[in-house]
Amino acid sequence: MRNIFLFIRQYFNLISFLILQIICIVSISKFSKTHEAFFSTKANEVTGVINSRYNNITKYFNLAKVNEDLALENNRLRNLLQSNIVAPDSSLVIKIDTLIKDTLNRFRKYTFLPATVVGNTVSLESNFISLERGANQGVKTDMGVLGPNGIVGKIVSVSDNYSVAMSLLNRNSKVSAMLKNSKDQYAENVEWDGDDPDYLVMRKVSKSVQVKKGDTIVTSRYSPSFPSQLMIGTVTTVEKDDQGNTYTLRIKSATNFRTIQHVNIIVNHYYTEQFKLDSITKKLHFNLGNE
Amino acid sequence: MNSIIKHIFRLVIFLFVQVYILSNVPLVHHYITPYLYFLFILWLPFSIRRWHLLIIGFSFGMLTDYFLHTPGLHAAPCALIAYLRPFLLNIFIAKDSTEQSFTEPSVRSMGWGPYSFYIGILTFLHHAYLVFIEWMQFGTFGYFILKVLATTVLSLVMIFITEMLFSRKTKSRLT
Repeated sequence: MRNIFLFIRQYFNLISFLILQIICIVSISKFSKTHEAFFSTKANEVTGVINSRYNNITKYFNLAKVNEDLALENNRLRNLLQSNIVAPDSSLVIKIDTLIKDTLNRFRKYTFLPATVVGNTVSLESNFISLERGANQGVKTDMGVLGPNGIVGKIVSVSDNYSVAMSLLNRNSKVSAMLKNSKDQYAENVEWDGDDPDYLVMRKVSKSVQVKKGDTIVTSRYSPSFPSQLMIGTVTTVEKDDQGNTYTLRIKSATNFRTIQHVNIIVNHYYTEQFKLDSITKKLHFNLGNE
Repeated sequence: MNSIIKHIFRLVIFLFVQVYILSNVPLVHHYITPYLYFLFILWLPFSIRRWHLLIIGFSFGMLTDYFLHTPGLHAAPCALIAYLRPFLLNIFIAKDSTEQSFTEPSVRSMGWGPYSFYIGILTFLHHAYLVFIEWMQFGTFGYFILKVLATTVLSLVMIFITEMLFSRKTKSRLT
């Protein structure tokens, strides 16, 4: 017994060093699986407050660019207004209400919640964006985040008044996307290769898809976080794979990740239903496979 | 007391520069990531206890992690350099002469040669361990080697500039 105490005393520094390393490794591996850090809620709240103080100062520097983006977005949305479209037949009146359910039995599937960006990085391998809107204001994990020019990322952790979104500029980020012009609306994941914050990558695109430089990439219909047809970017280069069976597309992202300040968080009212159905199906298949 | 306030002030400045400035600089290439925050640990005084140094290094890394949303990634290399720092200092300085007359590691207290070795070795170890953890999650062996070298060179240049800009007047204890 005495020897054990002597041993601990002699190697006290080494032992505490090893314990700290184990804490770090567990924390990293836990976070890379679930994106739930130790004390993440409390820590988010504190870093959120500091981030928003800092953002109060720096937001003036990008004001011109942000205003321009918002004006363009307004213009685009105004062009979508129903009142701009004249129906050829006066007996047909299309009415779309903003209520959850309206008299024509149309259901509202998505709601957009405005949020301010208070923290952002672009130069790391895994970049995250802090937003000033949290669980008290209706944000949940896995909701999509939409910027003025295109999609920005996905919410990964939420505290009371702040939330953290995984930016598209993250090694772990995957968003289901498709070519806007393609007839078969072929869907594949858009990723980031860690190279340039302006460019995203779409790998393993089948050669049967007709794609050329300048084509638009939009979100597909498969993701429960995003509505379809949201802008992601435009194709800049089309390369053949090493094996030569598929294409790798390099995409210029529509969002400028360095200057985003105002975003919309997308609430899918059917998310829980879709997610539950998906996971039940997966479980069912897993069980069948075991038998 | 005065020195504690000075070190807390340094902690805030290093954290601020790393989180709000260096992490938002557009990259030249994705192998080159600017890191400067760990210089805080290298600048801590000689007299600090090894056990305290370890805890301070770990907490400082974790604090950085909570701002960058990568829990553990920076805390692990910070704990490593905090653990190895006393061994290196023992090798590079004559114990009774320097430690009694100066408070913290600097060019003036250690001399150009030993100080640059001390900084160089710990910077390299910090980056090697950090990129190694990243490599475990993604990337290739070439990514690991090139990123460690490129990032170390950039960090050393930044530390050199910092030393030039803020020449710390480490007071001699005897005066």
